[in-house]
Amino acid sequence: MRLKWLVPVIYIFFLLLPIYWLVNMSLKTNEEILSVFSLWPQNLTFDNYRVIFTDKSWYSGYINSMIYVSINVVISVTFALPAAYAFSRYSFVGDKHLFFWLLTNRMAPPAVFALPFFQLYSSIGLFDSHIAVALAHCLFNLPLAVWILEGFMSGIPKEIDETAFVDGYSWPRFFVKIFIPNIASGIGVTAFFCFMFSWVELLLARTLTSVNAKPISAIMTRTVSASGLDWGVLAAAGALTILPGALVIWFVRNHIAKGFALGRV
Amino acid sequence: MIAKQVNQKAWFMVLPVFLIVAFSAVIPLMTVVNYSVQDTFGNNVFFWVGFDWFRDLIHSERFHQAFLRQLLFSGIILAIEVPLGIAIALTMPKKGWGVPLCLVNMALPLLIPWNVVGTIWQIFGRVDIGLLGHTLAALGIDYNYTQDPIAAWLTVIVMDIWHWTSLVVLLCYAGLCSIPDAYYQAARIDGASRWAIFRYIQLPKMHRVLLIAILLRFMDSFMIYTEPFVVTGGGPGNSTTFLSIDLVKLAIGQFDLGNAAAMSLVYFLIILLCSWIFYTVMSNVGEESSPKGGA
Repeated sequence: MRLKWLVPVIYIFFLLLPIYWLVNMSLKTNEEILSVFSLWPQNLTFDNYRVIFTDKSWYSGYINSMIYVSINVVISVTFALPAAYAFSRYSFVGDKHLFFWLLTNRMAPPAVFALPFFQLYSSIGLFDSHIAVALAHCLFNLPLAVWILEGFMSGIPKEIDETAFVDGYSWPRFFVKIFIPNIASGIGVTAFFCFMFSWVELLLARTLTSVNAKPISAIMTRTVSASGLDWGVLAAAGALTILPGALVIWFVRNHIAKGFALGRV
Repeated sequence: MIAKQVNQKAWFMVLPVFLIVAFSAVIPLMTVVNYSVQDTFGNNVFFWVGFDWFRDLIHSERFHQAFLRQLLFSGIILAIEVPLGIAIALTMPKKGWGVPLCLVNMALPLLIPWNVVGTIWQIFGRVDIGLLGHTLAALGIDYNYTQDPIAAWLTVIVMDIWHWTSLVVLLCYAGLCSIPDAYYQAARIDGASRWAIFRYIQLPKMHRVLLIAILLRFMDSFMIYTEPFVVTGGGPGNSTTFLSIDLVKLAIGQFDLGNAAAMSLVYFLIILLCSWIFYTVMSNVGEESSPKGGA
């Protein structure tokens, strides 16, 4: 089995090839993309990126996405913390049913919710706002946050709680001063996964926005369907959306499996 | 498992989550239920039609085909991704500088926005400007995913393998890392073959994470929308119109509310059943991993 290392190497090569092609295209001019077939840019150009950073209709998409993703992460983590604590430490009427019901929402197909969400948020006047998308994404991110945090919290021995209460800590003080520092890495991982699933989702974000809160991914699809495509700019926009995930992935590399398994590995 | 303390006040900690999720889940779902039993001639006047929409749906050729396509798609990608994922996890390095390198690179496709995944493959497969399409054309293979259903299916399947196999790999790898070295040493002393080690040590240790991986992959592939929509738009013809794509076409494209609502509910019930299986498996995992449990 001396050639064992070849398998992951080939697999990673297969994973990186399409991404390389996208980045490669983003550094070419449109003429070059359409006329010459080359494995690397012949005339290196950063014009495509310049277009995105100077044209408001492009860069506002990134800002919109960032705003609703941030709101969503804050809501998800803040509300999920006490709930996850309750699920991991106490038993109460309906706890198992509630926990299961939360899971079904994580698993719900967004396609089922697209139209009712559109009508709901239009009727309460939140259509095309960042908060609408953030709330809609809570549908699957809040349950996800509760599940992951519950997994991390159950790994903390109960004695820590009990010692603190014996020492005279009130619950809120104990939670903030002792418990949260103990699960800091869990909170980081949860925030990362909420960020990620809100960032990669398109269907709901596109359905709930038209102009003011339009996410970058929706702006991209508009360009795809237009005739006379600007392939270079499209590739540059795509490459930029990969960047945030690629930057933070290093910090959660050891917890990725746990996060994807909803805190259950 | 240590018995948890009974505390009804814990409901107050859960209440905010309950309210927010209920707002986003129950109200829209009730809207869907409403539409599924009513019909309209416009002007917002609705009348009761009972279960007509469901009866239509059950006899609808279009729904049957979308459903079968969906099952076929989920079946194919599970049959490929799971063995492939196990094989890659088994060959990944256990220590050294290769570990973070593998983890980070393999997780990369999981973090790309779904429509960008679609865009990447749409470009990659094009005969005129894509590396894959161009190479295949140069080799004399007739490949055009916008006109040939087989090519479209192949593209969508390869794209999903590219996108999600890493999930199976990462979960299996986490399971493999939990096997103590002593197991392997014992196996070596007994002179166990490579296959015996896999069959009697590694597979049993992986079976829980593997179950999680299979269920997650099944459910996520069952509601796939964005990636094939961007690449093929459900075409050519209807050949890659999966359940979600068909549903969005019905609801938002044709605004055919009754049919769409009935379809949504049936779709949701299928997912509910899968979630229940998932939950049961997860709960058993929790119990088995406690010191008392076997495996």
